[in-house]
Amino acid sequence: MMGDYVVPVLKILVLLNAVLVSVTFMTLLERKVIAWVQVRLGPMRVGYHGALQPIADAIKLLLKEDITPVRADKWVFTLAPIVSMVPALIAFAVIPFDREAVFFGFPIALVVADINVGLLYLVSITSIGVYGIILAGYASNSKFPLLAGLRASAQLISYEIAITMMLVSIVVMSGTLSMVGIIDAQFNARVWYVFLQPVAFVILFIGGLAETNRAPFDLPEAEQELTGGFHTEYSGMRFALFFLAEYANMIVVSAVATTLFFGGWLRPFPNVDALSWLGYVPGWVWFVLKTFVFLYLFIWIRATLPRYRYDQLMRLGWKVLIPLGIANLVVTAVLKVLL
Amino acid sequence: MFDTTDLVINMGPQHPSTHGVLRVVLRLDGERVVGSDIVIGYLHRGIEKLCEQRDWAQIILITDRMDYVAAASNNLGYCETVEKLMSLEVPRRARYIRTILAELQRIASHCLWLGTHAMDLGAMTVFLYAFRERELVLDLFEEYCGARLTYNAMRIGGLPLDIPTGWDRKVRAFCDLFETKVAEYEELLTNNRIWLDRTRNIGVISGEDAVAIGLTGPALRGSGVPRDVRKAEPYAAYAELEFNVPIGAAGDTYDRYLVRIEELLQSVGIIRQALDGLPEGPIIGKVPRLIKPPAGETYHAIESPKGELGYFIVSDGKSNAPYRFRVRPPSFCNLQALPRLIQGHLVSDVVALIGSIDIVVGEVDR
Repeated sequence: MMGDYVVPVLKILVLLNAVLVSVTFMTLLERKVIAWVQVRLGPMRVGYHGALQPIADAIKLLLKEDITPVRADKWVFTLAPIVSMVPALIAFAVIPFDREAVFFGFPIALVVADINVGLLYLVSITSIGVYGIILAGYASNSKFPLLAGLRASAQLISYEIAITMMLVSIVVMSGTLSMVGIIDAQFNARVWYVFLQPVAFVILFIGGLAETNRAPFDLPEAEQELTGGFHTEYSGMRFALFFLAEYANMIVVSAVATTLFFGGWLRPFPNVDALSWLGYVPGWVWFVLKTFVFLYLFIWIRATLPRYRYDQLMRLGWKVLIPLGIANLVVTAVLKVLL
Repeated sequence: MFDTTDLVINMGPQHPSTHGVLRVVLRLDGERVVGSDIVIGYLHRGIEKLCEQRDWAQIILITDRMDYVAAASNNLGYCETVEKLMSLEVPRRARYIRTILAELQRIASHCLWLGTHAMDLGAMTVFLYAFRERELVLDLFEEYCGARLTYNAMRIGGLPLDIPTGWDRKVRAFCDLFETKVAEYEELLTNNRIWLDRTRNIGVISGEDAVAIGLTGPALRGSGVPRDVRKAEPYAAYAELEFNVPIGAAGDTYDRYLVRIEELLQSVGIIRQALDGLPEGPIIGKVPRLIKPPAGETYHAIESPKGELGYFIVSDGKSNAPYRFRVRPPSFCNLQALPRLIQGHLVSDVVALIGSIDIVVGEVDR
């Protein structure tokens, strides 16, 4: 009884808090890293070197007036930020942070739900998130957000197929859709999948940038073109929800890339006994470290690259990523059968 | 099949990418521009009429307010026009220092253009890098004349101030540093795949069309027409200095970008030569105490960072103010090309093209 309900609920609570806190501090990390790239200091006023800036931002956004434009579609307008935020949060349910950790003598698996179709769940949940943007663009009843909504839908169909192809390649390699199973498969194969599937990794990462609307694919919010895009008409906490969703999605994509290609919680060279001293570091620390490398990469790319045009993104998706993805899948499948 | 109408969208006057208060009314089919209407005048201050009410020396500081990111070029154009009207001889040293100031101004203006243009296309780091170097130029101006934006740095017949001690060394140090910084900008953009995709074949205008429409400056040279007032009708000390006029081939946004980047390096070369050959002597010629040009009219143009900046001034020989004061602002004339450039392109390209013709609304509206 206890184990059936209390433990999962506790896990969900802890995970939700951890995700929300990391999301808030991701905003600080992003501002700091971009500032350093651009020879600036970034936030410095609130707390030591701006350490409390996210809290100040959160308070500011909560206290702001919440405006719904008169001509907006009120229900959809309210629904859109929620549709963005919720999938980003529940996607964490299948991400394994460690095989298990011992709390008060009880071994507890550090994953909310190790379901056997974890990967499928992730694909379906994360593609719901983009509806938030499309709905926001439509419901605002304003021209710039409408264009942004159209861009978001064009973007969705261009990258989603390529990403899914890549995930299928991984499934072919590991023979399972379970996230934990994929990590075990990498352990048994004695190699991280990034070395076997470099093409898949690159495509997944590019797709991940597009999925999270991050530069150079931040077309739906392109400030210089669409004056903020889909969130032009949003203010206060609803506006913040879109941003929380964006950052949560970044963490999801990083965590998925870590799980599928970089061995999740596994330490580097998990089968080499000479490096067993690395095993003193808990698995979830390795997981978080790897995830942060990707998050840093996201920010770094944003600071460096100009933005794509949306027809160019579609061309990239349809003419480059999807054919490459199919070729990669075929080669993977053939090799799998032959070897 | 479907009954569709064009989407009319109002870009500006408060839009992050219209560089001030330019307003562009776009008619869109999807995201494709099928028609556009450019509305100007939000920054009109009546500068030309105002100048007809002020005496000749007071006008210099009004010219600062036209192209406010290239105030020294405006000063230079005005002072030279009045000198031409009065047949005044400007000492050689003054002409050299004017040249150095004008070229520093070109660097500052092009840095601002590069930063905002790159930012419009989403490359926000270049913006801060370019502003970092622009800041150094502003520091040099501050040391020379005490102002950072509106310099009032020239006088009819010469200059108000000689260069401060050690200033030339600082300018040289800046030139050395700046060359490495241009390489840094180029590393971020010139061969960047996304940058190429976003700028090549965007807003192509042929040399003939560019001439017909009245484009000048880097926007004209990007289309392969080698016209530069500094070469064609040399003024200040340009006749005695060596420099190249970079031109583009295709006449697209990328070529205009390359032309301006090359101009930055050419400006550095001009400043170095001018410092090397800086003659001794007075900094202001024999100017009558009361400036009152003889009756007559004249047109004189200089190559401002944005293009041909011309002044047409009529003096009646009696009053203390010009009878007619008319400016040919490069930004205004170049802006004429915009509807033609953006026709058939996407909204994303519109911001690239507004950036690519490099306008300052203060100069467009005056």
